[in-house]
Amino acid sequence: MSFLPAAFLASAATAVLVWAIELSMIPVLVWLERKGSAFIQDRTGPNRAAVLGIRLGGIIHTIADVVKLMFKEDVTPRQVNRFYYTLAPMIAMGIALLTFGVIPIADDLPLRGSVLHWQVLKIDAGLLWVFAVGSLGVLAIIFAGWASNNHYAILGGLRSSAQLVSYELGLGLSALGIVMVFGTLDLNAIVQAQGSILFGFLPKWGIVVQPLAGILFLVAAIAECNRTPFDLPEGESEIIGYHVEYSSLKFALFFMAEYVNIVVAAALTTTLFFGGWQIPWVTTESLEAHTGIVGPAILAGTAVVALALMALSLAWSRKLHRLYTDARRHEGTFWAIVLGIGAVAAAAAAYFVYAHPLGGIGPAVFARVVQFGAFMAKVVFFSFLFIWVRWTLPRFRYDQLMSLGWKNILPLALANVAVTGIVLRWIGR
Amino acid sequence: MKVPSPRLRWYERIYLFEILRGMAVTMCHLAGNLFRQSAMPTVQWPEETKPLAARLKSRHRLTVREDGSPKCVACFMCQAACPARCIHIVAEESDDPTIEKRPAVFDIDLLRCVFCGYCVEACPEDAIRMDTGEILIVSDRRDDFIVDKEFLLYDKREKEPLDRKANEPEGTDDAGLTPPPDTPAEGEDRIPTSYGSRQNAKIPAEW
Repeated sequence: MSFLPAAFLASAATAVLVWAIELSMIPVLVWLERKGSAFIQDRTGPNRAAVLGIRLGGIIHTIADVVKLMFKEDVTPRQVNRFYYTLAPMIAMGIALLTFGVIPIADDLPLRGSVLHWQVLKIDAGLLWVFAVGSLGVLAIIFAGWASNNHYAILGGLRSSAQLVSYELGLGLSALGIVMVFGTLDLNAIVQAQGSILFGFLPKWGIVVQPLAGILFLVAAIAECNRTPFDLPEGESEIIGYHVEYSSLKFALFFMAEYVNIVVAAALTTTLFFGGWQIPWVTTESLEAHTGIVGPAILAGTAVVALALMALSLAWSRKLHRLYTDARRHEGTFWAIVLGIGAVAAAAAAYFVYAHPLGGIGPAVFARVVQFGAFMAKVVFFSFLFIWVRWTLPRFRYDQLMSLGWKNILPLALANVAVTGIVLRWIGR
Repeated sequence: MKVPSPRLRWYERIYLFEILRGMAVTMCHLAGNLFRQSAMPTVQWPEETKPLAARLKSRHRLTVREDGSPKCVACFMCQAACPARCIHIVAEESDDPTIEKRPAVFDIDLLRCVFCGYCVEACPEDAIRMDTGEILIVSDRRDDFIVDKEFLLYDKREKEPLDRKANEPEGTDDAGLTPPPDTPAEGEDRIPTSYGSRQNAKIPAEW
């Protein structure tokens, strides 16, 4: 890693941004899970917690959840192995946060002779960092299960760690297919390579050149996150998991680490298979060249959307006045005012940006910001996919789970690697 | 016995297409409910309530004769029948020569009550009923749950017994249950009874 100040600052800024993304995606994902699962199951979901009468659609329930978990009594049973018992949730959360280190959130930015990388770690190992660090996450589960000094916790920990280890192989071999096709371990180079066009119209995304590996990777990623249908180890309602002896903040750390794992898995999937920060058919250079139009267009689009939502809020406030007698009545007007101000501000900004085009480094920075937005949109979509799959599929039995990992995914991934090798040799690379 | 299971074709064995079909069903539910939230079967309690069955055993009430005195003759049938022993009656002589007794004290401990309805079945005078429709019995002190005769006699429907038929609002069914109003008055919420503020119950010495 270069020690030039600008590069170091870019890396530090990316680290802060990545940390902020991961931690702020947790409440969003919890809210999506609760509301999304509720709508899927034909019920309303959380809609009561409010701040000054504004309910924000139930997001405040997540904050209430965290506050509740913080204020619960922190029970540490006497017979646990104190050191590992306390260490396990720290490892779980720390490793989950660290895995994001090599994922690029935007394209490289050339700046006065040096290049700013928007990855926290620009190392030669690249993708190997993800697998190396991600494997350490299994330690947290083993520690939690063993240190709890509880038979059921140990069994749960063994189940979960065996599942994670089995699916890591499938994960790695699927990613190996992508590495073979793009010829590099550096994730930013992989994303840049996905910008080229195949057959004249298809962007060379990972899912297009390696469809089987993409599906296998997604399945293995869901298994790595201990999500349904692979969530027997944490079982919830039917079997005891490895975090029985944990309460309050330590349990909250496990719980949040699971959601950070979802974000990391979604980010990896988009980086390897769905173009990362790439917008399909739009290269960085064309974004920079057309900043004068794209910027005002985005802002004007935001203004139009805000106006439409304001109209919906006004219609909604009529229904609210009919239903409620307390402060919840005024939610519709509150949102109408906020959206109105937002629409006016966005329209004014659109005109301002159109009238005074950005100069110098402006277009490049704007292009990076748009790419970051595209990356975040994809990450949110894939995280929602994890939630969507969870509430569609029933749980696998443990032997079905292990047999799927070893007898289905691993041979298919190996076959994929072999076929990829043959094809690449045949087309002359 | 061995149940023959159908042989799966290759595209069914990989489950991917079935998973996608399942996800389509789920997404239809999600999108449909997102844009038509009023069509969901969820009842937004307490703003909306579900109608109670006519035979629901809710909080007790003592019925009155036409002159406003309770129909109860303090025969102790309900106290004897109650499996939770939550009814406590003290009888006194009645002023009316045709009626032998009336209750001086008629306490029910609503915390002990199991809402079985045996008192209603045992009563020969139709003096006690469990049809008020009040199911929200809340307080933060145990004393408030011991309700006395005055509390049990308090019932909007029996205020003017002579004009009862004329005073009955629309939509009452045979047991006298009224559906709750659509919009509560300004500032009121739907929880109908405040048990703590109505009376100051004393725990009988026998308990």
